[in-house]
Amino acid sequence: MSATVRVPSQLRSLTGGLAELQIDGSTVGEVLKKIDSQYPGLGERIFDENGSLRRFVNVFLADEDVRFMDGLDTSVKENQVLSIVPAVAGGAF
Amino acid sequence: MAFVQSLKCRECHKTYPIEALHVCEFCFGPLEVAYDYEGIASSISKAKIASGPPTIWRYADLLPLDGTDYVSLGVGFTPLVKARSLGAELGLPNLWLKNDTVNPTGSFKDRVVSVALSKAKELGLKVAACASTGNLANSVAAHAAWAGMESYVFIPANLERAKIITTSIFGGNVIAIDGNYDDVNRLCAELASEEPTWAFANVNVRAYYSEGSKTLAYEVAEQLGWKAPDHVVVPVGSGSQLTKIHKGFNELYQVGLLDEEPHVRISGAQAAGCAPVATAFASGQDYVRPVKPNTIAKSLAIGNPADGFYALDVVRKTGGGFGSVTDEEIIEGMSLLARTEGIFAETAGGVTIATLASLAKEGIIRPDETVVAYITGNGLKTVEALESSQGPTFVIKPTLEAFAEVYESIRSN
Repeated sequence: MSATVRVPSQLRSLTGGLAELQIDGSTVGEVLKKIDSQYPGLGERIFDENGSLRRFVNVFLADEDVRFMDGLDTSVKENQVLSIVPAVAGGAF
Repeated sequence: MAFVQSLKCRECHKTYPIEALHVCEFCFGPLEVAYDYEGIASSISKAKIASGPPTIWRYADLLPLDGTDYVSLGVGFTPLVKARSLGAELGLPNLWLKNDTVNPTGSFKDRVVSVALSKAKELGLKVAACASTGNLANSVAAHAAWAGMESYVFIPANLERAKIITTSIFGGNVIAIDGNYDDVNRLCAELASEEPTWAFANVNVRAYYSEGSKTLAYEVAEQLGWKAPDHVVVPVGSGSQLTKIHKGFNELYQVGLLDEEPHVRISGAQAAGCAPVATAFASGQDYVRPVKPNTIAKSLAIGNPADGFYALDVVRKTGGGFGSVTDEEIIEGMSLLARTEGIFAETAGGVTIATLASLAKEGIIRPDETVVAYITGNGLKTVEALESSQGPTFVIKPTLEAFAEVYESIRSN
């Protein structure tokens, strides 16, 4: 399986400026770990010390928050889009 | 002026320059404006504030602008009214209402937008944008029109009709998204990466924007004679307003405008159909689990609240409570407020009043406390929610006999 990963501007210094990556993996967690091996340093930005997603990182697969699915274990279908998005946005109430 | 030092990550404390940045590159934590409070303390005074304009800009020393070229339709310094009838009904003799329904576009969002677009101009950004549940859309479109800025407002397509019309009238671009607010928000968070020269009010200039909510605390303290209240009730969508009201009261003490350190208990109000923060509070969890919203209080329908974690923390550490009220209770709250105090609030105001009533009943809000409830938006924006419950008392023929008949029946009830 290969997913298109959209990288937020805050992480593009680690991807050589690339906004989109093609990454192999059968689950969300596998894809994200693969990114870390290809672009060292990216993993520690999105995972905490326990290997969970950091509190302020949202990950969407095909526009759905992975926390509404199986989190990092959510399976990835061919050519799905995985977006890494900073959680801090939106609202004011 | 110009007491702004830097942006600082709330989580890891890394500092950043004063630019259109909202997220820490290292831990993704939110960035906040850091001020030189000693400088502010030596500049600010009650007399200086009293001689300032009757708007939020009377507190300019505590807001993140360098200059004085404000984008403002005359925002803030709204009435703080003593709620005698509602207080009597709820057993709260010292109840006050902060009536933000009378801001230029009918909600408290004018406060945050005035700050956001003023800062955007200072940073040289030419396009105003936002992800909105309606109130922010109204305000960004109006302020952009006034400032001569191009605007792009993103809203969920199922928003109340009134909020769409009262946004598009200002002539900017209104982009309705086939999805809920969290979908709109995600799109805007991604767009902000692609359009770095736009000022997305609640995304890339969020650090400045959210500071505008502090004026809700400043005004209340000034209007109470430079005293902090004992307890406030604040509606919660993203949780930003609640955390900034808390910060606002503390800052007033820090810069010497309050004689005593404030201990304001802060209670949050959510609709049961979208209550991720209230649920975390009730279950004693630290983690705010996102939900799919389903409530008539659309301005609060944020299932994945950006500041939910911080709002939860503030309510817990100040000894406040949390309400989670049904759609029926929201409508009853709107109606109770209108018939006791003559204030017509939008659905979010119904959430606040229903929460106020339930926390008073549970004894969490006490009769000996000076209580302030924040009424943050105008009821004309959400009349659709009331269509089935409101209407004429009687419909009659234009004759004296017909009126005499219904008058008799009204008097005998």
